[in-house]
Order: sequence, then structure tokens, then C-alpha cells
Amino acid sequence: MSTLEEQTQGDVLAGEEDGGSASLTTPARLGAYVRRGGVIVPILTTLIAFIAGGLVVLVTGHDPFSTYKAIFDGTGLQWVFPWVTGSARSTAAFNLQQTLIATTPLILVGLAVAFAFRAGLFNIGGQGQYTVGGIVSVWLGSSFAGLPPVLHITVAVVGAALAGAVWAGIAGALKASLGVNEVISTIMLNWIAIWAGVYLFGLGGPLQDAHQPSVPTSSSVSASAKLPVFWGNAQLQGLHIGLFIALAAAVVFWVLLNRTRLGYEVRAVGLNPDAASYAGMSVARNYFRAMAICGAFAGIAAAMDILGWKFSLFTNDIQASSVGFLGIAVALLGRNTAIGTVLAALLFGALQTGTSDRFLDPSVFNPNLASNLTWMIQGLIVLLVSTDVIALKVLHSGRGVSLVFKRRAAREEAGR
Amino acid sequence: MADSTRPALEPRASTRPALELRGITKKFGSVVANDRVDFDVYPGEVHALLGENGAGKSTLVSVLYGLYTPNEGEIVVDGRPVEIDSPATAIRLGIGMVHQHFMLVPVMTVAENLVLGHEPTRSGGLLDLKAARARVREISERYGLAVDPDATIEDVTVGTQQRVEILRALYRGARILVLDEPTAVLTAQEVQELMDVLQRLKQDGTGIVFISHKLGEVLQVADRITVLRHGRKIDTVRREGATEQSLARLVVGREVLLTVEKSQAHAAEPMLVVEHLHVRDDRDLEAVDDVSLSVRAGEIVAIAGVDGNGQQELVEAITGLRAPAEGRIVVDGHDITRKGVSAATDAAVAHIPEDRHRRGLVLPFTLAENLALREFRRPELSARGWLRTGRIRSRATALLREYDVRGGGPDAYASSLSGGNQQKVAIAREIASDPKLLVAHQPTRGLDVGAIEFVHRRLIEERDRGRAILLVSLEYEEVRSLADRILVIYEGRIMGEFAPDASEEELGMAMTGRQAAAAG
Repeated sequence: MSTLEEQTQGDVLAGEEDGGSASLTTPARLGAYVRRGGVIVPILTTLIAFIAGGLVVLVTGHDPFSTYKAIFDGTGLQWVFPWVTGSARSTAAFNLQQTLIATTPLILVGLAVAFAFRAGLFNIGGQGQYTVGGIVSVWLGSSFAGLPPVLHITVAVVGAALAGAVWAGIAGALKASLGVNEVISTIMLNWIAIWAGVYLFGLGGPLQDAHQPSVPTSSSVSASAKLPVFWGNAQLQGLHIGLFIALAAAVVFWVLLNRTRLGYEVRAVGLNPDAASYAGMSVARNYFRAMAICGAFAGIAAAMDILGWKFSLFTNDIQASSVGFLGIAVALLGRNTAIGTVLAALLFGALQTGTSDRFLDPSVFNPNLASNLTWMIQGLIVLLVSTDVIALKVLHSGRGVSLVFKRRAAREEAGR
Repeated sequence: MADSTRPALEPRASTRPALELRGITKKFGSVVANDRVDFDVYPGEVHALLGENGAGKSTLVSVLYGLYTPNEGEIVVDGRPVEIDSPATAIRLGIGMVHQHFMLVPVMTVAENLVLGHEPTRSGGLLDLKAARARVREISERYGLAVDPDATIEDVTVGTQQRVEILRALYRGARILVLDEPTAVLTAQEVQELMDVLQRLKQDGTGIVFISHKLGEVLQVADRITVLRHGRKIDTVRREGATEQSLARLVVGREVLLTVEKSQAHAAEPMLVVEHLHVRDDRDLEAVDDVSLSVRAGEIVAIAGVDGNGQQELVEAITGLRAPAEGRIVVDGHDITRKGVSAATDAAVAHIPEDRHRRGLVLPFTLAENLALREFRRPELSARGWLRTGRIRSRATALLREYDVRGGGPDAYASSLSGGNQQKVAIAREIASDPKLLVAHQPTRGLDVGAIEFVHRRLIEERDRGRAILLVSLEYEEVRSLADRILVIYEGRIMGEFAPDASEEELGMAMTGRQAAAAG
């Protein structure tokens, strides 16, 4: 057994004694487990997913190596290599800007899911929180034209954060007061948010753009609310400063969890609600606070997209978007840590860009197939991360003769 | 040494061991869990395996039951060397195991559980329940283990569930029975019944391996006692001539004080006053029924009783975890009734919980984080919402040193510590909060003798510092050696007050609800 494995097992095992883990909720276990085991498991997981994807490429009669190379070129990540020069370099720069634009909201929705996991909650509602954040930011961004840019942007971003917080807070409050399962309530709230958006911006809807009455879309964000572009051409969708806001949010996430009383309480509640209430913490209150914080992250994610490059919200966009759901995969792969979430978001953002028909060379691999490949790789990653958890759950609840005894003996060893 | 003593130790019943482990060594990486351990059991004898937590008892038994392959050594059954690679092989060789956590299906009947895995079938593969019931009756009569084959497992007592486990092992043809801490879950009455059962099994020629860390029980039931310490066999002794003191010395490796030195209490003003308290349990039944009591500064008052007589709810009410239905709880003049844990903490109530894994610790937290759980709101540990991580850590370092916690520094995870050290962390945290009232609920549960000694000494010291201590315990010995006054609880009511020198019979009467002539 490797040291890492032993350590993980020891931790898990010790928690089992005397039904000590009986009080751990499934998301709490999942969250705790996923955080352990360092970086090896996520890297392995990703690798396996890519190999499986490669096999599929092989079956379709293409060369997996040249396909992956083309996808990599599409992401623009080769920009970091100094030997890429000339027009290849400017293409790479443009591609990388797109990758990072896609990465920005993924970081934020990833944090929205990860923070819930740390509190022992499963936030499936990232999509709904993202949607209400988008609605509010496009509404605020297209109103008050002429405000000073810093103020206008702040108003729109804070508004989106609050909207997301309220939306997720509903699920948190229901959980705290009535014990409503947050998985169910956040899924329901997703649909409410989506259809509210469709109503608001649809034909004849109260917020539909008055300048183009036949198009189901919002008004456009005014210039004063647009996020400044710091890399590339603002007319050609250069990279906006939202990336820094997302990275700052990751720092906030870490500081909040590890350096504040709120984070201490949230983590205690997430890992052992019984011990938390024994210490005088209100489990219900922390559920609510944690959900509200999750929602704020997801709301900001939407504001970054709206104020950074979308500038308006079409109803079919609202229905087709899946950024919020990707946040679950990002958080799981990132092991619910700040740095892990950022890296996982970059991976998923790069995959999204690298396989889009704008950037992938069609002579190597059909982009339509490639984007399916992306979905497949993402799906495999989630599946592999989750099966870890399934295996863990079996180990936990298994009352098999051998399991219990091995556990006890291992614990004895760990305790020496 | 074992070889030279063996002839003298051999029980008369048989000349050949039913089972022999020779020179078993089992390593996990660099950790040697068992170091050349010899162990044997003869038909018709009880051989106890004694040792502290982590001494290697469970590893040895896992080797015996085919869960681990030893690095060195051999296993001999009935004179034949065997290789036990799985529990199935162990069962085939006649080795039966009764685990601490029972492996029964709660919704099935006794008979169904008993035959599980080896079901008698009729033609066509249908389960022959009639035959199963008959087998249950047959075996239970043979060994005098009375059980109702049609009772559902979830409806019968823990003691009966254990009987079913034993019967199941016998049903599968066990001639060697391994019992892993069998008394940990039993009431005093059930322990006595188990002892009787073991006597009958012995007479029938079954070899019994009895694992425990309770010295008294081992002395009561075992013919021979093997002591393990740090993975090594220290000695094998006969019951005759062994005393609790001599065994404790072997187990811990030094002289242990089994009874605590205690001076007269200097009880001062009342610190905890409970008046006409009524508390309901999770099922909304009255668990605490009109309890009034007081604990003065500088004394230990023990609540003695059989588990499940309202102790849990009483403790939860006093510590603010559960709102009482009626009554008043006053600590040092502050009414904290129904005000929650924070109010109790502010009134300087500390609480060593019964279950350190469920409540006492957040296992995936570091020791520093665990040590801050009681006082994290105080300005020394956090200010304006920010944790003072530096102070939390340095305070933890100091506490870990003061309480001699071994197994890791402030950044180690609580889960990586042994039970005794985990309990020390919980106790350190509670006492460090400088409480006026310390509620200690089964503070030595699951600890070995060395750790029990530490906890007992510490509680007396804190008493002498003028703290009021409310001790809730299921152990006669603990209650009588620590308490200045004993209150017996039965079905949520205080049956009477007793002096610490009250006889076991007197207490036992009150604990089972028979109104004795109360001394107080």
C-alpha cells in the first residue's frame, strides 16, 4: 500500500468506529473524501478519461494523437511556449483568450458547488443561480446608462451576486427550517429561474429589448457596464478582467473557509453536524449562510459572462446553457479546494474551446464530433470521480465480515 | 518463555491445542503489528487476549480469521499446519467469530439470521424455514442458549443478538469461538448471562478466545490470559494467582493505580441547581421525569444507572443541546434553561461527551481546530469574525504538551490518534475552558487502563480545584471510586442518593427500579 493510500484509508477508517460516521451526510463524506488523496487521483482520473476518449477517436477511424494535438492547438495553450512565433503566436493568443473567457465562469460556478460540499451540502442549483445572476446583471447593465463605469459595473456585479445568493438562499432556508433536501429544491429552482428568464426576455415579456421587438432577447448592456478588455481586441472578444475577479473569488473562497469564523463553522457543520451543534454552532444557520455564499459565486459567474462578452441574454441561450452543471464536475475534479477548482476550470474551459468548430481544424477531426468528445470526456471524469465515492460508500456501509475487521485492525495500527 | 511454561499451563481436559499460532509476525509497511506472537487455545478452555488499544489484538485475530496473511509464522489446527486465506476457510476449519458490531439483518427473524448463508432448502431451492426453526431450537437447547426463533432481530435485546451471533457460529460448526470485546455493548446483567453461556460452551469442549481490555471480566472468565503490548506477547499467565493489579502492570508495562487516591471533598456553594426537570427524548417520550439535583463547587456527583434511563437526555438538557419540557437549570446563578449551548458555555459549563466520534471531535479536523471548538468565539481565539489561527495553534501546542497527547502535533488530524489520545484532546479542550461545571458523560468509555487512570486522576484534580463535576457513568467501579455523592437514575427518575461506600447490591437494586432504603 502506498503511503498516500494508507493515510486516506486510515482517516476514513478511523471515522467509522462506533458509528461515528453515521452522522456524516453523504455529501459531507463525498466532500471530505474528495479533498483527500492529493492531486494524484484527479490527474489519474483525467488521464483515464482522455485515454478512453482516444479509443473512441480510434474507433471512428481517426488518429487520436493528431486529434488531441489539434484540440490542444485549438485551446491556444501553446502560447506559453516561447518557440511559437509569428502568426501562429497571434492565433494562439486569440485562442487562449477564448479559453480563459470560458474558464472564468467555470471557476466561479465550481466554487459555488465546492463551497456547498464543504458545508456538507450538494448544490445542484448552480445553473439556476447562474441564470438569475445573468437576468439581474443584464437588467442592471442595460439600465442606468451613463453611470461612471466602475460604479455601473459594481452595481451590476453586486446585483447579480445578491440575486444568486437569494436564489440559493431559498434552498438554504428551506433546508434550515423544514429540512427540505437541497438537491431537490435546487433542481426545482433551476427550472423556475430558467422559465422566469424565458418569460422576462421572450416576445412580449416585460424586459424584452424594445429596439428589436421580434427577437426574444434582453436589451444590450450599455458601454459603461462592460468589463474592460486587457488582452486582445475588445471588438474581437478579447479577454476581459473577469478572469481576475474569478481568481480573486478563489482567494476569497480559501480565506473565507480557512481564516474566518464563518468558514470554521461551515467546515465543522459539513464534516460533523453533531459535533458542530455540541460546540454551540447553529447547523441550520450555517446551511443557510453556506448556500447564500454559493449562490453569490454563481451569480458573479453570470455577471462575468454578461458584462464581459455576451452583453445580452437570448431566451434560447438561457435554455441551452449548462455552465452551472459543469460547475459540479469542476468542483469534483478540483477536490473542492480553491486551487483545484481553478485548475479543473481551466481544463474544462480549454476542452470547450479546443473542440469548438471555431478553433479545431476540421481536416483533422470534425468539430461536431469533437464537441461530443468533450462532453464524453467530461462525463467520464465525473463518472470516475463519482465511482471513487461509490466505492467509498460501499466500504463505509459495508458490514461485511472482512471489511469491519480489517478496519478495526488498521485502526489499531493507525493508533499506535 | 512460553515453551518452558506450557506443560504447566496445559488444562487437564485435553493434551493437544485445538488451535495454535506460532511465531506470528505481521507488518504493515514499517509498522510491526504482531512480533513473533505465540498463542494457543485448548478445547474446553477460555484463553483471554488482553492488551491496550493498539497492542495488536485485532491484528492477531484477523490473521487467525483469514483476513490478513502473516509475514511469518504458522497456524496449526488440531495438530495440522493450515493456511487460512479467508473467513470461509476459517469457518470450514471450525473457527467461529463473534464481532463487536453484530452482523445481523435487523428485519429478519432469529431463525432466518441464523441460517443466513447456509440455508436449509427443500426441493426446488425453496427455503425450508421449518427446518431452520428446528435447527435453532436444537442448537439453543443443546447449549442452553434460550432464544425465540421467530423473534425479529430489531425487537430483541443486544444481549440476545449476541446470543444469535454465538449460535450462528455454532451452527456453522465452530469448535473454536473468538469473541471480540463481547461485553462492550452489554449491561451488567447481560454480561453475567454471557459468562454463564461461556461456561456451558467450555463444558461442551469449545475453545474460546476472549478479547477484552476489562481486567475484572478477564479474571472472571478466563483460564489463561495472554497479554500483548506493542505487538509483542508479554506473558501468558493462569487465572489463579493473577490479580487486577498484576494484569494491569503487564498490560501497561508499569505500576498502575486502579483506585484513585482521593481526599475528602471540600464542597462549597451549589454551582448547578436543577429543579423539577422534565425532558422528552427524540420519540417525544418523557425521558427525564421530574429530576431535581444540585452539584456544589468542589464535589463530584455521579449519576449511576443502566444505560438508556434518561442519562443522555439529562446531560443534553444541562449542556444546552436539548430544550427541556419543564423545569429550571441554574448554573452559578445564571438561568440557562432552554438557552442553548452558547449560553451554557458562557455560564462556564463544559461537557465531555459520551461519544467522542459523534460529538466530541470533528475527526477530519486538525487537533488545533478540535481544541478550539469550545472557545472559538472568545476574543482570544477570534476577533471580528476572523480566526486567530496563530493563537489557536500555539494554544493547542501547549495543551497537547500539558495533557501528554501522543500521536501528532497541532496539525495532525484527530482521526489519526488512538482512542485514548482522542479522549485526552476532548478532555483538554473542556478543562481548558476553565469551567465552573464540568459534565463528564462516560469519560472513560472504550479506554484502556492507562488512559482510565489518567482521566480519573484528572477529574479528581479538577474537583480539588473547586470545579463542580457531574459524572454520568455506567461503571460501578468508576462511580464508587470517583463520586462524593451518588444519585441513581431509573426510568428518568432519581431513585435516591447514596454514599460512595454503598454496596453494589444497594446500588443495583435502585438501578433496576426496586426502591431500596435510600441512604440520603
